Amino acid sequence: MKKISILATLFLFSLIFFNAVGWAQEAVTPSAMEEPAPLAPPVEAAPAPAEVAVEPSAMAAEIVPDPSGSATGSASDVAAAVAGKPTVDEVAAVAGHNRISINIMWTLLCGFLVMFMQCGFAMVETGLTRSKNVAHTMAMNFMVYAVGMLGFWICGFAFMFGGFGAIGLFGGQGILTNEFTIELFGKTFGLFGLNGFFLSGSSYDVTVFTMFLFQMVFMDTAATIPTGAMAERWKFISFIIFSFFLSMFLYPIHGNWVWGGGWLAMLGQNFGLGHGVVDFAGSSVVHMVGGWAGLAGAIVLGARIGKFGKDGTVNAIPGHNLPMAFAGTFILAFGWFGFNAGSTLAGTDLRISVIAVNTMLASAAGAMSAMVYMWMRYGKPDPSMMINGMLAGMVAITAPCAFVNSLSAVIIGAIAGVLVIWAVFFIDQTLKVDDPVGAISVHGVCGAWGILALGLFADGKYGDGWNGVKGPVTGLLYGDSSQFIAQLIGVIVNFTFVFTVSYLFFKALDAVVGNRVAPEQEIEGLDIPEMGALGYQESIQDKR
Amino acid sequence: MKKIEAIIKPFKLDEVREALVAIGVSGMTVTEVKGFGRQKGHKETYRGAEYKIEFIPKVKIELAVADSLAEKAIQTILSKSATGSIGDGKIFVSDLSEAIRIRTGETGEAAL
Repeated sequence: MKKISILATLFLFSLIFFNAVGWAQEAVTPSAMEEPAPLAPPVEAAPAPAEVAVEPSAMAAEIVPDPSGSATGSASDVAAAVAGKPTVDEVAAVAGHNRISINIMWTLLCGFLVMFMQCGFAMVETGLTRSKNVAHTMAMNFMVYAVGMLGFWICGFAFMFGGFGAIGLFGGQGILTNEFTIELFGKTFGLFGLNGFFLSGSSYDVTVFTMFLFQMVFMDTAATIPTGAMAERWKFISFIIFSFFLSMFLYPIHGNWVWGGGWLAMLGQNFGLGHGVVDFAGSSVVHMVGGWAGLAGAIVLGARIGKFGKDGTVNAIPGHNLPMAFAGTFILAFGWFGFNAGSTLAGTDLRISVIAVNTMLASAAGAMSAMVYMWMRYGKPDPSMMINGMLAGMVAITAPCAFVNSLSAVIIGAIAGVLVIWAVFFIDQTLKVDDPVGAISVHGVCGAWGILALGLFADGKYGDGWNGVKGPVTGLLYGDSSQFIAQLIGVIVNFTFVFTVSYLFFKALDAVVGNRVAPEQEIEGLDIPEMGALGYQESIQDKR
Repeated sequence: MKKIEAIIKPFKLDEVREALVAIGVSGMTVTEVKGFGRQKGHKETYRGAEYKIEFIPKVKIELAVADSLAEKAIQTILSKSATGSIGDGKIFVSDLSEAIRIRTGETGEAAL
């Protein structure tokens, strides 16, 4: 007690002392205080602001605190040769820099939101699976972030965006300009990029780094989807290897075709099919890729022990923590604002308002239609289907979100909410493929619906010049059937490529390391055999 | 000495415990259990697949009492845990051959 009293007294005295010093300093004439140094003119590359000689008259200006903010920020904050009197050219330089800054900031912040979706996926998957496997399920969703990022940094980003060209919205230069192409039918088919490996060399540029971060978190969304379809029996080492494969090759190569300037995007320029395959934020590039890879994996893995009876009856294996799954869904819905609205890559593109509203409307419509359907069919609203319904709505609106009006967004989401349920039943009961969380139905099936929905509902109010084709993006219901055909091609190519390559890779992986854990381990729970640690400590052990 | 095992509805636990303490019972052990008797489980659906919930959550109370207290304890449990509907539970009584207090080593009724 005595020690504490002494310390407290010392602390109080030092508080008073330093405050007194502060008061004394304020009483000193303003000439002792520095005027804030103006920003260095943009021509100089030097990071530190140069000291500019201050006019004597300014030294005598009194300090006027600004609690409302109306007097803070003025012409004197524009870098100028003559402080406080910028020329038009100097103002233009700042205006341009600010426009780019807004775009880059927006993209990065939205990228941070999408990164947090990893937590959402982890919680949804873990909540909908059993408690004996929580450490393993969580570990997969956790490490897919690290593994995916490194794979993407090594070569995935280069394959996907190496030939993207200058990123105009970030004020970028022509750094990523190496696309590997082939000539077919007299047209150029872009296949993959070749600039940007390890983000080295000329890729060490703020515009490229911004693009990398944003695209990486999208890739990781795709990478985490198979962990849901393959949960509760996937060997951790197989998961690690496949995740590297997806981030380094599978996702980027298909992604290049749609987003990297590759051949699917060029179907418009090359063959007059609308604006080529259009996918605003990734119903196909991200969600279908994850969904079909998950389907291939779930087929190769086989169903969980006890999921299907000998006569084919489907047994329920309820999730262990619905609150976790619900909370995870909200995290995903929140992050999806970054996913869709961020895909403008431009905070200065105010279509972000329409995109964000379309996203939230589709999510609500999906949850609603799923809830009503289950309620009518089974007598009670099923929580896990509400979750799948909301996610399905968001997956489906991801492609068309920038191109449709709000009523279309509601319709697209509502259809997705019922479609996802039918898909779950079809995959469970007809295909007899075990998908513990409905990942294939949410991401694969509803991703395809989203791509096709764009080809139907795009209303021609946005997207002029998309993929190098003049005019806004327009769908079948608004007069352009060729866009729908492009979308259909996109769906078919995506499914064929992703499913086939994934299936073959899983088969090869099975032969080399084996994909599935031993039956005894699966029954005991994966936490100890695979991770060496229980996710939930048994209560008696806690008492030690 | 008698060992009394009572399987009762969980929400009755506090009432039964209070009443037992009031008549002089000095301790008990409680476990959360699942069970069924004539109160059957029921069917639910999860993602389109039907499943049966066959066990109902119950609470098991175990107590060791002197022979003189046994009848009173049984009556107390009966009166406090019964609701009249199916699933009220069961009481099992058995003879207890020995009881020992670990701290002191006392045996027999002195250990209860």
